[in-house]
Amino acid sequence: MQAQNNDIVLELRGISKTFGSIRANHDVNFDLRRGEILSLLGENGSGKTTLMNMVSGIYYPDAGQILVNGEEVSIASPHDAFKYKIGMIHQHFKLVDIFTAAENIVLGVESEEKFNMNEVNKRVLEISEKYGFHIDPTKKIYDMSVSEKQTVEIIKVLYRGADILILDEPTAVLTPQEVQKLFAVLRNMRNDGKSIIIITHKLHEVLALSDRVSVLRKGESIGTVNTKETSESKLTEMMVGKKVTLNIDRSDVTNAEERLAIQNLTAFNQEGVKVLDDINFTAFGGEILGIAGIAGSGQRELLEAIAGLQPISDGQIIFHRPKKNLPVTFFHKSLFEIKEMAKEGKFHDKEGKPVSFVGKTTSTIVKEVNDGNVIFNDDEIMNLRDKTPLQIRELGVRLSFVPEDRLGMGLVGNMNLTDNMMLRSYRKGKSVFVNRKNPENLATKVVHDLEVVTPSIKTPVRRLSGGNVQKVLVGREIASAPKVLMAAYPVRGLDINSSYLIYNLLNEQKKNGTAVIFVGEDLDVLLALCDRIVVMNSGCVSEIVDARSVTKEEVGFLMTKNTKEAE
Amino acid sequence: MNAWLNFFIDALAFGAVFIYGSTGEIITEKAGHLNLGIPGIMCMGGAGGCLFLQLFAKTLPSVLLVPFAIVASFLMAALMGLIYSFMTVTLRANQNVTGLAMTTFGSGLMMTIMSRLQATVYLNKPKKMFRFPFAARTDALQRIGVMFFLAIAVAVVASYLLYKTKLGLHLRAIGENPATADAVGINVTRYKYVATCIGSGIAGLGGFYYIIDYMGSQEAYKSIEAFGWLAIALVIFALWRPHMTILGSFVFGVLFCCSSSISVIASKISWFNVTMSTTPILKMLPYVVTIVVLVISSIRNKRENQPPAALGVSYFREDR
Repeated sequence: MQAQNNDIVLELRGISKTFGSIRANHDVNFDLRRGEILSLLGENGSGKTTLMNMVSGIYYPDAGQILVNGEEVSIASPHDAFKYKIGMIHQHFKLVDIFTAAENIVLGVESEEKFNMNEVNKRVLEISEKYGFHIDPTKKIYDMSVSEKQTVEIIKVLYRGADILILDEPTAVLTPQEVQKLFAVLRNMRNDGKSIIIITHKLHEVLALSDRVSVLRKGESIGTVNTKETSESKLTEMMVGKKVTLNIDRSDVTNAEERLAIQNLTAFNQEGVKVLDDINFTAFGGEILGIAGIAGSGQRELLEAIAGLQPISDGQIIFHRPKKNLPVTFFHKSLFEIKEMAKEGKFHDKEGKPVSFVGKTTSTIVKEVNDGNVIFNDDEIMNLRDKTPLQIRELGVRLSFVPEDRLGMGLVGNMNLTDNMMLRSYRKGKSVFVNRKNPENLATKVVHDLEVVTPSIKTPVRRLSGGNVQKVLVGREIASAPKVLMAAYPVRGLDINSSYLIYNLLNEQKKNGTAVIFVGEDLDVLLALCDRIVVMNSGCVSEIVDARSVTKEEVGFLMTKNTKEAE
Repeated sequence: MNAWLNFFIDALAFGAVFIYGSTGEIITEKAGHLNLGIPGIMCMGGAGGCLFLQLFAKTLPSVLLVPFAIVASFLMAALMGLIYSFMTVTLRANQNVTGLAMTTFGSGLMMTIMSRLQATVYLNKPKKMFRFPFAARTDALQRIGVMFFLAIAVAVVASYLLYKTKLGLHLRAIGENPATADAVGINVTRYKYVATCIGSGIAGLGGFYYIIDYMGSQEAYKSIEAFGWLAIALVIFALWRPHMTILGSFVFGVLFCCSSSISVIASKISWFNVTMSTTPILKMLPYVVTIVVLVISSIRNKRENQPPAALGVSYFREDR
């Protein structure tokens, strides 16, 4: 039984999987040959990982068949998957920190031999030499870099004798040099007869590494092509598909005012990896600025940097406070500050003449200010760099942030609606006791206005459905009449009706002159809702495009093209 | 000189109570379960063993009586561990609350059982059998009996199993990161149950040892609960390594015996002036030492010396 070169080792027939009302995979067909590298390509949420999780035993398909070496199998657990020599390397590593590499690798392996760590270390070294890894089997995981941890995960699968390896976005966490090393190792494994699936959305990697490409879109298989016979543009088209018209009411931008200017923003994450690289853009009041990009391109860090949560190493965040032609008050400025600003010629009076306090007594100045006769010439400009969220709020900057992680960063799951409203207002007032009346009213108003389905405002928010949780969060953030509203994936996991409700709320804010920043993943929505779109690509701004004239393919291409190679 | 030797042998013999308690607790904690029920479980271990002796001391020959009583004590404590595991592993109840409830329940039930047993039957005759192999001696060595050696053996074997075998590797993996262990096909629930029950059983032997062997008195059972808490403190002292409990329990034993035999020592040291008020201060020493060890190990911040990462956290597979 000599194995032919294009033996099919894994075949999926009509695989479907739904989570609640969300269809993750529908009737997916797919095959994998012996000794090939196959890329599974698709946008975020296209069901790539779900599909592979079914092959590796994390989920069980609702319908369809999985065939390994031509025989139908049932894979109910990762253990079963190993039995069929299938191993998956997940995006989030599953390793025990205080164990050595070899201890992690041997964990859970059943064997007849007597357990001997020295033997295990030796075998790990053998495997790593065979395929060209570099690893010290006795090194502890907590001393390892991300790339080393990934190596441990790969060897863990090989140690169990896997012939089919599935890698979920293996390059997302690696530096370009490490990616080259990984690719070399993967090619060695292919030449050794292993079959490899890599889940990715990076086109240049697909073209550089794989033999065939299988494309998923919205949970359905679009097709499988030979890498040699395709091109970036063809793959992009397969990935993003035809434009879908959405019925989102987009008004024209009227008298947009500069509100938030991001200049040369650069930031590093805790591991010292550059997550934001020289970001420049301006958000205008009265428009919706979309941010598009593959997940993990720096969208989250960008919003957190603006909100004061992500430390930045370089650049400015300039907020233009809308004060033009408004009188100054003692509520925002002290007398001293007003005097200083008057010296710099920042005010005019009702007749439009410049204000000067030279030779005036304090009481006259106070009177003039209280009469509203001291008026700003221009918007006030403040730099939000290195400010904490509290400092930003104390400056009087009305910045609202609807984070991606609703129940982690946005709301407290175990607290009820009123208490969650209070998170924004508990500092108000000087009394020892907090004011519960206003948050209660606000909660009632949010429930009424946004049609939140909840037993009462006393219900812990974690008991609400995803859509209702999001409504509560958005409702609270909008209630403070923000000048800048940042929303990260506000419709993720929401049904159509709730999604439209959120779109309408954002549009309403736009009409009120708020600068709305909308991070989205569905390109159709971004194109239909936003006025301009900042396309991000691995921490950089790829381009800023006009959402009314750009095509979906163009945005898709900007999201995935390899900027570093192009330079 | 003889007084010093007596003192150290006494400290060693007393320390064995903690070896059982903390080895049991370490095994449980390595599975990720903080079992604060150990004091109650030790009580029940004592009650189980004594109950067995009460029932069978007159009928069974001594060759069988000793091992069977030990097994009975182990099983009674393991039963408590089973209740605890059911609550915390299967029902995922809060471990601290469950543990404290087990302690209250265990010590109360023990009081009820012990007060109904007859010291003449369960204690007076059998206690000599447990003093084997030094039963015939009249010096301090006769304080060391069969269960003392068992304690040392248990601690050494537990260390070997935890650090040198695949079984131990799996168990430690569960305590550190149950999701990872689950993903590689280790049966997390089974390991947690078995580890908690065996750990509880071992801890229970500590209570039995204290009543029947170390003290050999009718009133002994009343202080087991207090030693249970000390055993939990010793787990930190031993940095979650069973063989370290041998050293730790000796230190604790010395410190604790200091307070009881203080007048003997004081008579030997002229500059050491003892009053009644010194004793409570000395009784504090084991706890002070535990705090010092905790501070030192936290400052050194070596990852291997920290508690299991998933300690006290219930594992639920679908919680992703």
